[in-house]
Order: sequence, then C-alpha cells, then structure tokens
Amino acid sequence: MLKQIPLNAAHRKLGAKLVDFGGWEMPLHYGSQIEEHHRVRRDAGVFDVSHMLAVDISGAGAREFLRFALANDVAKLKERGAALYSCLLNESGHVLDDLIAYSIGENNYRLVLNAATADKDLAWFESLRARHGGSVTPEPRRDLCLLAVQGPRSRERVWEALPALRAASESLARFRAVASGEFFVARTGYTGEDGFELMFPAAQAEAVWDALLAAGVAPCGLGARDTLRLEAGMALYGEDMDDTVTPAESGLAWTVDTSSAREFVGRGALEAENPQRRLAGLVLVDRGVLRAHQRVATAHGDGLTTSGSFAPTLGRSIALARLPKAVAAGATVAVEVRGRMLAARVVNPPFVRNGRIMIDIPKETP
Amino acid sequence: MNIPLELRYAKTHEWARLEPDGTVTVGVTDHAQEMLGDIVFVELPAVGKRFAAGAECAVVESVKAAADVYAPVSGEVLATNADLGEKPQSINADAYAAWLFRIKPDRASERDALLDAKGYAEQLAAEEH
Repeated sequence: MLKQIPLNAAHRKLGAKLVDFGGWEMPLHYGSQIEEHHRVRRDAGVFDVSHMLAVDISGAGAREFLRFALANDVAKLKERGAALYSCLLNESGHVLDDLIAYSIGENNYRLVLNAATADKDLAWFESLRARHGGSVTPEPRRDLCLLAVQGPRSRERVWEALPALRAASESLARFRAVASGEFFVARTGYTGEDGFELMFPAAQAEAVWDALLAAGVAPCGLGARDTLRLEAGMALYGEDMDDTVTPAESGLAWTVDTSSAREFVGRGALEAENPQRRLAGLVLVDRGVLRAHQRVATAHGDGLTTSGSFAPTLGRSIALARLPKAVAAGATVAVEVRGRMLAARVVNPPFVRNGRIMIDIPKETP
Repeated sequence: MNIPLELRYAKTHEWARLEPDGTVTVGVTDHAQEMLGDIVFVELPAVGKRFAAGAECAVVESVKAAADVYAPVSGEVLATNADLGEKPQSINADAYAAWLFRIKPDRASERDALLDAKGYAEQLAAEEH
C-alpha cells in the first residue's frame, strides 16, 4: 500500500498520472511532462514534494550535533533563516543522503530529507545521538505539506495567491528562509530557477494549492522535476550518488567543509581518499536518448551514466556520468545506447540556469 | 481509450492496418503512447530489411523510457515515416495517424492471427487487473 500525501485527491482530480516514488503515491505528470518543464523555465510551476521529510533538530546540543553529523558545517549559518546544502555521510565517507539545513533559531534547525532515505536517516541520527551525547531532539514533521513553486515568475504568483506572505518574503535573498505565521518560506529549489519552497500545516494544503493554481501557477509532476534538476546539473540521491560513492566522486566536494578542525562523520575516510572518478555532464552528439547506467567509453577507461534524459530546454539528450577523472570537458566520448556506441561531448554542468543555456550544444550528427 | 475498430493489434501494443494491396502499416497504440508520455525520439528500421514476427524492429523513446516496437508480422520493410524524425511527438497527438513503417507480409496467416479491436480492448482490461 502506497503512502499518500495530503493533496492526493487534488492530484487525482487534475488527472495526474500517479506513480510509486520511494513508497509514496506521487504525481508524475498532469498530461505533458515537457509542457510542465517549459512552464517552470518560462513562468511558474508548483511541485508537491510532501513525500520529502522535514525534521526539526533542536535542543542545547543541536548545533554541535549537526556539526558532527553533516559534512558541511552548520556553523556557517550565522543568521536565522540561512540555509546550507550538505551530504550526510557514513564513516566510510559514502553518501547516506543529501539535504538542506535551515537555521530556524538558536540551536534550532530544520532539515529536509529525501523520501526514500528518511526512515534510514532518522535511525542514523538516533545512533549518532547515542554516540555524540549532547542533548538534541529530532522531530519529524509529517504534519507539514511541502510545495516547491519554481520559475522566473514564481515569487510574484505566490504573493498573488498568498498575499499574507509578501511582507515577510519580499526581501528574502536567495538560499534564505523566513517564517511567516504558520508558513515557512524558503527561497530555494531544485530546478535551477528562482522560486520558493513552502512548508505549512497539511490542513491548509487544498486551500494553498487551489490559490496557487488560480494565480496561474502550473501543476507540475516529478517527471518535469527530474528533467529540470538534470538540466540544472543537480545530483539526485539514489541515482547520481548513494552509499557506495563519496561526495568528490559525485560533484559534491564543494559541500564538504574541512576548513576547520571540526570532527565529522566520514572526515577521516575522505581525507585518506584519492578519488579517481568524477561526475561530469554529457551532451549527446548523435541522435538518441541517454539513460542511466549506460557504459561510457573514454580515452582513459570506462565510465557510467548515472542519470540521463531528453532535455526539453536544449532539445537534446543529456546525462550525468561518473567518468575517469582525467577525462576533461570538451572531450568526445562514446556511450553504449541499446547496443550502439553514440558520440557525446563532455561538459561542465549546469546545462541550464535561470532559463539560460550554459553550454555549447554540439551540432547534431545527421 | 481510443481503439479504432478497423485496425488489428498485437499484444505488444502495436496497431496494424491491412492495406488493400496486401501490405501492413504499423504504429503504436494510443494506450502505448499514453503509457510512455511525451515521445522525443523514434528509431525506425531500414527500408528493405526483413523481420520475423515478434522481432524488435523500431524504438520509441519518451522523456522517461524507451520502448521496443515489434514486427506484428514477418516480412520486408517497404517504407518508414520520415516525418517522425522531426516530429516524434505526433505519436502523442494521434497515435493512429503517426504510422512508423509499412511491411510486406510473408504470409497472410500471421496477419489474420492479430487481435481485433475487441480482443485488444479485452487484453488492456486484463492488464489493468
């Protein structure tokens, strides 16, 4: 039996195609995944991401606990509302999850965890809590609805739909969050576009959803969310990284903070690591569609695609791939697609950011 | 679900139109395009190539997945729909207008063994359960 998010009935009413995503029944699309993708790049779309788990971590030891548990350093969150992207590592330096941590007060943080890993993460926090000692209480917030409103016009449309949020969020900088009444408004997202992520009591889910749609925000499913994040070069947990690879092998070395003497889980393993692979972008030169788990032949040995799709903004197929680290941007490689070797160009992600194409698109082989 | 009465169907979700000249025009069904979602790429067989019934002979790729297309009957490919190179999404718009290829069947018996609209509708109903 799939778990249901608060807006399940609203998605059904819109004719969403519902699929199993990490044990949750989630909307994949509401008709056309490509149209939803374009709406986010050009205007505004809303994704129901209530399958993800917000966890509030509070208590006198909360800050020191998270400095120990996370590979990035929450000490950087100097002000209330500041946000930080981090990996959660095991002792081997492998990635258990990726998350965003928001500072919501002194020794008070909100983490947003991936749906499929949330239970495992909570158990992991419990084991660390026992080891770490300090007084800290993780509180899962399944009572909240999480909506991501994304796209160049998303903020104005949110204010039109929910005027009460305007005063608190109008001057909000990127990657910052603010509480406004029962709402938590973060200027964050997973599409490469501007936007807000809203968290609020599930009892208000239908009213908020209806108001957003009435303000011209397009309902968008996880299908478009995947192509948008892929174009934005953002790694997806479970696809581009998991508990068999390190941040450095996943394009996430920048999120590991070793600038202080801070002890954190996995640090020892990462400091001993000499990564031989890195996560790169690929643009397909030949005609076809790249997918995950395809072999990539390079001059320095084989690599593997970790996610791949048709990229609607580019009109071409792109992928993220874990390649031998010597393979540089600009190199031409061959990807094994359904028994054939297709030419692809290595590029540095992102492919698209803020509606703009960031890479040179190679001329397609006729 | 749109299942035209005048067409024949394979269990693997291809439609086949039996032309007056004895050839068979092949596409994928409305159900197939709906399951796939937005179609972005079609790989068609070479004209002149021969396939046995049930053999993989084309690929239809959507944003999320790739699907093999199987030859509903044995025979030789006579023509392919070149418009699909530029407009693969025309399969989403009208799966029964956007044909993939035309085949010259080796034997009439395979043609006659294909499902009719009622048989295909029953199969879809069975797949739902």
